[in-house]
Amino acid sequence: MKATTANCGEDLVVRVLGDVDHHTSLGLREEIDRQMTAAAPRRLVLDLSGTEFMDSSGLGLILGRYRKAREAGCELVLLRPTPAILRILRLAGVDGMLTIRQEKGEES
Amino acid sequence: MKEIINSIRARFPALSENEGVARILATGFLMHLGVTPAALADIKTVVSEAVTNAIVHGYRDRNGAGCPVFLELTLYADRTLVITVRDRGRGIPDLEQAMQPFFTTDREGERSGMGLPIMDAFTDQMKITTSPKGTKVVMKKRLP
Ligand SMILES: Nc1ncnc2c1ncn2[C@@H]1O[C@H](COP(=O)(O)OP(=O)(O)O)[C@@H](O)[C@H]1O
Ligand SMILES: [Mg+2]
Repeated sequence: MKATTANCGEDLVVRVLGDVDHHTSLGLREEIDRQMTAAAPRRLVLDLSGTEFMDSSGLGLILGRYRKAREAGCELVLLRPTPAILRILRLAGVDGMLTIRQEKGEES
Repeated sequence: MKEIINSIRARFPALSENEGVARILATGFLMHLGVTPAALADIKTVVSEAVTNAIVHGYRDRNGAGCPVFLELTLYADRTLVITVRDRGRGIPDLEQAMQPFFTTDREGERSGMGLPIMDAFTDQMKITTSPKGTKVVMKKRLP
């Protein structure tokens, strides 16, 4: 599991690197939740541009973070998902639930 | 389909680190076939989903180290790929319910319930045989 985080003003940006599957998602969940508690951001940005693989376990991770963030009054944004990840997000209808940005500032 | 061009079989313990191993096996099996990145991504995803289900659900509450998962990949002359994933776990009591999007028996594990729907959507055909003695998932996909 690899994730790097940066605080940009009121945003917490988490770059999710490598593969997100059942094996790696638990560690990622704990890491993101720990950062969320520490930073209490207005917005959680999951940068998926460096995510090489994601399956439905990653979907569970994203939906779980979406619920937690919403409870904390925080918005979840997915940044630059790869085409393969976007296909899974669309199949699950997640693209209509939360903000997906292809580039900084641009929304789809 | 007819003639078999190539085939591999793997048997490994139901440990979560083997989810990535299974994806690498599938990638290696297809490496000389000029498969499009999109089709390769689909295949890696469905292999990962089926193997994860065997590990997480098939052998729930068991020590995975002693529980076998079987993965078989077969390529036919017409470029049909057949992916078979088998476990000797608890089985799926209600298959129709299990196939519903977002249905999961593992909420606290933050499972999405989208594994089976994804496997169905990303392949041309999926057949599941299941009993309290185990589950077999056979998926077919015509390679572009
Ligand atoms: N190999 C299996 N053995 C036993 N139960 C399974 C198996 N595969 C799937 N299931 C059951 O089907 C449900 C739906 O599976 P799936 O769509 O992959 O969602 P998830 O894995 O997120 O729960 C699982 O929650 C589980 O109850
Ligand atoms: Mg699943």
